[in-house]
Amino acid sequence: MGGMTIAEKILFQKTGQRVWPGDIVIAPVDGLMATDTTAPAALRAFEKMGGQRVWAPEKCALVIDHAAPAPNERIANLHRLMREFARQQGIRLFEVGEGICHQLMVEHGYVRPGYLFTGADSHTSTYGALNAFACGVGSTDLAAVMLTGKIWLKTPASLRIRCHGRLRADASPKDLILFLTGKVGISGATYMSVEFEGEAFEKMSLAGRMCIANMTAEMGAKTGFVHPRGLQLPYPFEPIEPDASAQYAQTLDIDIGELPPQVAAPESPDNVHAIERYLGTPIQYGFIGTCGNGRLEDLQAAARILRGKRIAEGVRLVIAPASRSVLLDAMLDGTAQALVSAGATIIAPGCGPCVGSHEGIPADGETVISAANRNFRGRMGNPNARIFLASPATVAASVLVGCIAAPPPHTEE
Amino acid sequence: MSHLFRGRAHVYGDNIDTDRIIPGKYTKTLDAQALAEHVLEDLDPIFRQRLQPGDFLVAGDNFGCGSSREQAPLALQTAGVAAVIARYFARIFFRNAINIGLPALEIPHHDIADGDVLEVDLSAGKVYNCTTGKTYAINPMPDVMLRILNAGGLVNYLREHGTF
Ligand code: SF4
Repeated sequence: MGGMTIAEKILFQKTGQRVWPGDIVIAPVDGLMATDTTAPAALRAFEKMGGQRVWAPEKCALVIDHAAPAPNERIANLHRLMREFARQQGIRLFEVGEGICHQLMVEHGYVRPGYLFTGADSHTSTYGALNAFACGVGSTDLAAVMLTGKIWLKTPASLRIRCHGRLRADASPKDLILFLTGKVGISGATYMSVEFEGEAFEKMSLAGRMCIANMTAEMGAKTGFVHPRGLQLPYPFEPIEPDASAQYAQTLDIDIGELPPQVAAPESPDNVHAIERYLGTPIQYGFIGTCGNGRLEDLQAAARILRGKRIAEGVRLVIAPASRSVLLDAMLDGTAQALVSAGATIIAPGCGPCVGSHEGIPADGETVISAANRNFRGRMGNPNARIFLASPATVAASVLVGCIAAPPPHTEE
Repeated sequence: MSHLFRGRAHVYGDNIDTDRIIPGKYTKTLDAQALAEHVLEDLDPIFRQRLQPGDFLVAGDNFGCGSSREQAPLALQTAGVAAVIARYFARIFFRNAINIGLPALEIPHHDIADGDVLEVDLSAGKVYNCTTGKTYAINPMPDVMLRILNAGGLVNYLREHGTF
């Protein structure tokens, strides 16, 4: 009789049943979220299902972030649809410029430790940073949750990743998760729950943990958790730890003490290499933002490198803060000033050019260095551009010289 | 929903992500026809011309990885794809396809070649390759998925049953 993994524990708490990998459960959900990419179809499906009232308006959120402000009339009308639905149903709608859905769900307490949360966006896995069982679903699934407050799930097997050692001063959580994504592969954790543990995570900020859990989506996982040891939140909570006798489908033990900065080369987030291999590759465009790396400490990391300098001629740097509150903090502490003085363009808090909807589509033949989480062909709106993924510090170091460059080590001031 | 289909196979490789099925720049619409016009265009610009309604899309491992966009199976369905066959699917794509009533069939080992004529028998859980004479067993789906697919998708299922 083995103990439970974090995923099994949460499903146990939700359903009262001891579940095993492969068991199908129908579980009550603690919250849901949809964006301007997924909400319109979800609202349609909800109506077609015969839905009149959503099951719990206070647990639902709609976020206008993927193409915000609207770049054309078609999208403007989809935004209007969301606003009308939110008003009729008494649901909170996060407006243009408030930020990226995943950042907002955490900032505004829609998701908390132990919650079962469904989001109509694949990076819903981000909330595993908070010890929540959070999984991405499509529009029709989301509509079903809106209607019933429930979801059917297959209990995932768990993959445990134990990291040994501390991160080097020139490596960040992004370098670590890129490296691990390269190791596991883009389908290596399909249908699974990933659990991360080790000293490096215990010292990690909430932002760093979110960056880690975020990219479990790039491993194909259903959900992912950073071990709650060391987790700090602005409210009291019950951490959910795995039992010592929990059973894992697989455990990876990985030494990270010597890990250098990493990049994911085109055209897949698991095509990961130590930065050395690509040093000197010319780039024309740097992007910092997204649900992976658009938080204050990411902007600060870039500002440390860019303060008092100018980005290279012929290079542009676009920054999309993850939320309005991130932007305000960056304005207050001088980070925004340093970035803009160096030549950066700060755009509306939101997804920005991450998914190729607007606000910075690369040209044919251009190479982008980006702190996002996906670099599939065409991801940023042009199949003839190439995208390298890296940490915010690496993006900043690279736009300074116009080619992929290693960031300097960061020592606490 | 009908249980017997016959059509031609269009075969692609492993890890076809949803950005390749329908790029993010086209996803913000409720017009399924507009999605179908761009389906797979970065992967195979002539897919739309080659596709006959009722044909099958056949892939290798991890079909539909990446974003949660339901526009991906919807674009395929609207373009006329009768079923998607893969060694296995990325999880959100799998759910989304079944939820909109597009059969997504896992065959862990197959050697279907481009242009093969297939017959899919959902009740028997089998795919016959009329070109080579081979038969493949479809991985059984969880019961709840089967019920949703049989209802023609999750919208119909919930309209009938009200809950799971
Ligand atoms: S920032 Fe990018 S990856 Fe994150 S939710 Fe927005 S589009 Fe998706």
